[in-house]
Amino acid sequence: MAILSEEEARSLMKKALSYSKADECEINLNGSDSANIRYARNSVSTSGAIGQTSLVVSSAFGKKLGVATINEYDDASLEKVVRRSEELAQLAPENPEFMPFLGPQTYAPQNPKMYDQKTAEMSPKLRTDMVAQSLQVAKDNKLTAAGFLQNTGSFAAMMNSHGLFAYNTASDINFSVTLRSEDGKGSGYASRDYEDYTKMDTLNLTKVAAQKATASVTAKAIEPGKYTVILEPSAGIVLLEQLYGGLDARSADEGRSFLSKPGGGTKLGDKLVDERVTIYSDPQNPDLPSSSWNGDGRPQERVNWIEKGVIKNLSYSRYWAQKKGVKAVPGPDAITMMGGDQSLEDLIKGTERGILVTRLWYIRPVDPQTLLYTGLTRDGTFYIENGQIKFPVKNFRFNESPIIMLNNLEALGRPERAVSGESFQSAMIPPMKIRDFTFSSLSDAV
Amino acid sequence: MNRKNFLYLTGMGIGGAMLKGIPVIGSPISAEAAMQGGIDVALKKRMADVALNAARSKGATYTDVRIGRYLRQFVVTREEKVQNVVNTESYGMGIRVLANGCWGFAATDKMDNDSIAKAAAAAVAIAKENARIQTEPVQLAPQKGYGEVNWKTPIEKNAFEVPIKDKVDLLLKVNDTAMKAGANYITSIIFSVNEQKYFASTDGSYIDQDVHRIWPTFFATHVDAKSGKFETRNALSSPRGMGYEYLIPKAADKITNMPTTLYRNSYDMIEDAGFAGKQGAEKMAAKSVEAGKYDLILDPSNLWLTIHESVGHPSELDRVLGYEANFAGTSFLTLDKWKSGKFNFGSKNVNILADKLQPGSLGAVGYDDEGVKCGQWDIIKDGILVNYQTIRDQAHIIGLNASQGCCYADGWSDVQFQRMPNISLQPGKAPLTPTELIKNVEKGIYIVGDSSFSIDQQRYNFQFSGQLYYEVKNGKIVGMLNDVAYQSNTQEFWNSCVAVCDKSDYRLGGSFFDGKGQPEQVSAVSHGSSTARFNGVNIINTARKI
Repeated sequence: MAILSEEEARSLMKKALSYSKADECEINLNGSDSANIRYARNSVSTSGAIGQTSLVVSSAFGKKLGVATINEYDDASLEKVVRRSEELAQLAPENPEFMPFLGPQTYAPQNPKMYDQKTAEMSPKLRTDMVAQSLQVAKDNKLTAAGFLQNTGSFAAMMNSHGLFAYNTASDINFSVTLRSEDGKGSGYASRDYEDYTKMDTLNLTKVAAQKATASVTAKAIEPGKYTVILEPSAGIVLLEQLYGGLDARSADEGRSFLSKPGGGTKLGDKLVDERVTIYSDPQNPDLPSSSWNGDGRPQERVNWIEKGVIKNLSYSRYWAQKKGVKAVPGPDAITMMGGDQSLEDLIKGTERGILVTRLWYIRPVDPQTLLYTGLTRDGTFYIENGQIKFPVKNFRFNESPIIMLNNLEALGRPERAVSGESFQSAMIPPMKIRDFTFSSLSDAV
Repeated sequence: MNRKNFLYLTGMGIGGAMLKGIPVIGSPISAEAAMQGGIDVALKKRMADVALNAARSKGATYTDVRIGRYLRQFVVTREEKVQNVVNTESYGMGIRVLANGCWGFAATDKMDNDSIAKAAAAAVAIAKENARIQTEPVQLAPQKGYGEVNWKTPIEKNAFEVPIKDKVDLLLKVNDTAMKAGANYITSIIFSVNEQKYFASTDGSYIDQDVHRIWPTFFATHVDAKSGKFETRNALSSPRGMGYEYLIPKAADKITNMPTTLYRNSYDMIEDAGFAGKQGAEKMAAKSVEAGKYDLILDPSNLWLTIHESVGHPSELDRVLGYEANFAGTSFLTLDKWKSGKFNFGSKNVNILADKLQPGSLGAVGYDDEGVKCGQWDIIKDGILVNYQTIRDQAHIIGLNASQGCCYADGWSDVQFQRMPNISLQPGKAPLTPTELIKNVEKGIYIVGDSSFSIDQQRYNFQFSGQLYYEVKNGKIVGMLNDVAYQSNTQEFWNSCVAVCDKSDYRLGGSFFDGKGQPEQVSAVSHGSSTARFNGVNIINTARKI
């Protein structure tokens, strides 16, 4: 289906709301069109397109909530779904943590970079052409490609009986590619995610992956242990997101978080990591646009989460914020970690001995108390000596906490947009040089 | 639905937010609507025929259609509160075609004839466009049409028909029990799934299936405010391909002669919560493990995940061939190893069976998502790699004339592809109980429950943790340990398997959230085993200071 305009969405939700007899009623309307190509062994493997919409009605009587949905939009269907949600609310158990729906909110205008119509409506031919460029790089270099390209157009809208209205549109194109040598001894990777397809250079990204695949052939095994590492942004993001994604006030207040203090209280306001670390979220960032409102209707504004190493803000649910008498700051979106002016190459040049890491994989929590995570390097790991990449090394398993890591900071490079291979979320992340990074064992995987 | 969305829905990720529309996992509906019967089979057949005919008219040489109505119910409580009661439904159609020798796929949630025909045409257009960059045409293993057939999970009690109040009462009792026993916080969940799937293809199959799954679980946390330490003990249940009967405890299903009660084919959630409430504090007080080599005695509640990651995934043929190279990775079980007929995957005690029919398992269905009747086969026989898992368009690569029935799609809007069947370690043939197994261990660790898990992209190097660790000295369990993780290499690990207990100890573990593919899809799969012993495995200490 076509992406509904703001006026079309408003009109439809207003109609649905007019049928409400509940104490409070809230309507959420969402839709998306998405299409993709997946390829492997230098050929297309699967691909497809999907469109779907839903209208969700939430009706509340006191602290009892009922939710119902529909994907048909004639008057009779709209009335039916509102009645159904009201019936459910009357039957529901009371939720003592239920919060009344929000009143009218003031949102910043939608970041103009968030939606590009041409990206939302890419043709099958355009997708195929972009993949064909990637495949050609693989063939030219006698490498085997596997990759994925997907474009999406979507809209989200929200309206309630207290006068709240919110609307936004979004477009997205994401691409990732892995090139492997024909003998299976080398592997390289590249990935990006944008709102505008013209920024997506599948040719050059595949060339980067090809260079890494070729350079990583015949990797040497070196002893696991503590090493200085340079984490490329696509590697760093998967550890950092465990930190900024865990800045939740309630778990910290309840004593079950790395942010909880012995004797009670939280580390809000405490210095947790190196003073060069500043992490903020800003939906208006032109390089990383995101919605100016979150899923429950709260405005998304710029928030400093970590400032010069100090925990500055924690996220709160509306219920927990009310209980604590603080502002209900929603969780972070569109994260930027500030860095320096150096390029990745500069960081390598300034390294006497170390290991360059392209990608980290299969990141899993080991101990939430210390935010300890394990995972492995993948798709291009190289030994650095006297400022130069000397040879590829076999992959390692690590056991490391992003908190410990950010206390062992040597240098930060220039932030760039990276997409997490774990959560698929994007963030602006600098390349990072870290000392004493803990590699606990070797992996034979290529 | 992926794990992230599960955490969101269950409120564990963001502290109990109310559910809003999350189209990716389906839309909220009423419990009453969820109890209504599925879509009329005659109507599904008519809609499927519209798609089959439309695709054929546009030039498709093969078409299959999946009409899915996916119901999920989450009942979530926290301490003394009901946090979320949500029923979701996802209903629509996915159409897969072969045109010009290439796959194309399109999906729609608009079920009128015109929208179905448009989706079929879109799938054909995509296939024809993609054929430009295809190196060789798709080769489908032949598959006879079955006509109109059906299959249903053999459940005793449909979870969707059990009143919400009964589930809420049970969960609140679970929470109360855990907290009285020492837990400070607990989230408990009953997650029920019903996949009403209709498959039709140009082979002449019209297959109607009604698949049921259930997962009761909890996460109980003990906090010591003074030290700032906390420990969590998760439920020792497993997700099952069963109805609500899994939650009706039977004494015969309990193993009570171990440090904590273990469960076979029914689960006493209240009893387990009582153990969990105590064990959080016990874990906190336990001795931190000394790193080194130990003999491991792994309970099925822990071993299932190791089987999943180190046997299930590397024996997926699509991974072996490179189809997952960009995301999930490839496999060390390359074709030359299989062809040799001598590849020593594990010791002679290691026999691994693939089984799509196993009663009570998550992967049990009558037919897969490309219309292939399901069965069972050996993957590892007496330690040797003898087979893989595959689907119709890859069967010929290993010389098979037919698919093994391993095709699955997460939902109607996802294209089906190769997914793991139930993969299980077969019990030992000689009589052997866990107690007898432990008797011969001088320096070991007995591990119960699953926790952290990580493995490399070719499935060599792995690291796993558990819920409970018990030190074994000179044949006896002498106390609890903490900060334990075991690291190994798949082939070394399975070759260190010196004993597997007999069938009386056999139990199923499993996951609702096995992730693979791009866009990522999840599938539910079970892994059975009896308690097994692995000698000389590397243990690391995971304690750190920040």
